[in-house]
Amino acid sequence: MNKETLDQWIERLFDQDRRATAKLISWVEDDIERAYIMRSVLKQTGHRMVVGITGPPGSGKSSLVEALTKLYRDNDERVGIVAVDPSSPYSGGAILGDRIRMQAHGTDRNVFIRSMGTRGHLGGVTRSTADIVRLLEGAGYGRLLLETVGVGQSELEIMQIADTVVVVLNPGAGDGIQAIKAGIMEVADIFVINKSDLPGAERMKGDIEMMLNLSCGKTWRPPVVLTSVTDNKGLELLYDKIEAHQAYLLESGQRDQQRKERLHQEVWRLWEDKALDAFEIMWEATSGKLVNIDQEDPYEVAQRLWQERFKGG
Amino acid sequence: MKKTRIRVLVGKPGLDGHDRGAKVIARALRDAGMEVIYSGLHQTPEQLVEAAIQEDVDLIGVSVLSGAHMTIFPRIKELLKEQNAKDILLMGGGTIPEEDIATLIENGSVEALFTPGATTTEIVSWIEEKLSLSKGDVV
Repeated sequence: MNKETLDQWIERLFDQDRRATAKLISWVEDDIERAYIMRSVLKQTGHRMVVGITGPPGSGKSSLVEALTKLYRDNDERVGIVAVDPSSPYSGGAILGDRIRMQAHGTDRNVFIRSMGTRGHLGGVTRSTADIVRLLEGAGYGRLLLETVGVGQSELEIMQIADTVVVVLNPGAGDGIQAIKAGIMEVADIFVINKSDLPGAERMKGDIEMMLNLSCGKTWRPPVVLTSVTDNKGLELLYDKIEAHQAYLLESGQRDQQRKERLHQEVWRLWEDKALDAFEIMWEATSGKLVNIDQEDPYEVAQRLWQERFKGG
Repeated sequence: MKKTRIRVLVGKPGLDGHDRGAKVIARALRDAGMEVIYSGLHQTPEQLVEAAIQEDVDLIGVSVLSGAHMTIFPRIKELLKEQNAKDILLMGGGTIPEEDIATLIENGSVEALFTPGATTTEIVSWIEEKLSLSKGDVV
C-alpha cells in the first residue's frame, strides 16, 4: 500500500470512520506499516486515560467493562474497549468471547469493542495493545477500557499501559496470605471484589485492607470496592473511585511522571520486538544443526550462534 | 500484503438457542489457527454486522436452526453492502432444505452453506481456499 492510500485511511480514522478504525487496528496488530501508522496517530493522542481491568478468568472482568460502559454512555461519552483473550500455543488460533458479555452496546455507534488474541505474548496483553488503545483514542473514543486475559499472579504488563489498574477478585479465592504476596496484588490502584453477593466478600475486603495498612509511603491508598454485577451493586462506587484516582494522578503530578516512564518503556518494547525477530531467524537456522543430541549442549550452541551473529559478546 | 491470521465471527442469529453446532465450528476454526470471535446467542443481523466491522473479520459464520434462513442470510448481506463491507464473506450452517440452499447461493445471499453431516475439515478447507484467493483484494 502506498503512503498516500495509508494517509487516507488514517484520515478516515480521525473522522471516526469505524471501518477504517478496524482496518488500521488489524494492520498494526499484524505489523503492517505499524510504525508509520502509529507515528501519525500518536502525534494526536495520549491525552485520554486508560482504565485497565485485570483479574483471574471468570472473575467478571467483561461484565464490569459492560457495566462501566453503560455508566459512561449515560453521560453520552464515547467508549473504546480492547479485550484480550488467550491464543492457543498449539495452533495459534483463539476463541475471543468477551463480546458475549457486552451485548447491550452491540449496535451503539459510540462504543467500539475490539477483541484480540495474545498471539504468544505473555504478560496479560498483546504486543500491540498499547498502540491499539491509542488508535481508538484517535477515532474519538474518550473513555478507554482495556480488559486483560484472565491472569494468575504475575501478568503485570497492564501497569505499563493503563493509568488506573482495577484488579478484580472474587470471594473465597484464597486466604489472607494471598493478599500479601508480591505481583498482581501490588499493582492495583483499585481493588474490586466482584460477585460480592457470595459469602466471604467482607472477609476478603478485611484481608486486603490489612495488607494495605502495611504499605506505607504511598500517597494513594487503593480503595476496595464490593460489586455485584448481577445485583447491580457497587458499580457507581467503582465509577467514582476511577474518577477519584484519575483526578489524583493529575493533581499529584504523577500522570506526567508516568507518561515519561512509559515513553521509555515503549522504546524498550520496540527493541524487544526487533530482537525477537532477529532471534526467530537465528532459531530457525539452528533447528537443522542440532543433529547429534548426545553431544550438543545448549550453552555451547547458544554461545556459538550468538558470536556468529553478533561478532563477539 | 501479508495477513497473519484469518479472523472469523461466529454467531447465532435469532431466537433458537441451540449453539452446540456453532461452538463445535468455533473450536475447529481455533484449532485450524484462526481467531474466532464468538458473539453468543440471540444476535440480530445488525449486531452481527456491527461486530464483524469492529473486529475486522474476513468471514461471518452463522448457524441457523430456526427456519428463518431465507430472511437472515439476505438481511446480513444487505447490511454488509450498506456498510460498505461487501468483502466480508458469509457462510452458514444448520438445517436448511436443498432448494433453499440453491436459491440463497444463486442470489448471492451467502457464499457457502453447510448442513448436518458436513465435516469440520471440509469447512476449514473451504475457508482457507476462499480466503487465500480473495486475500489480495481485501487490503
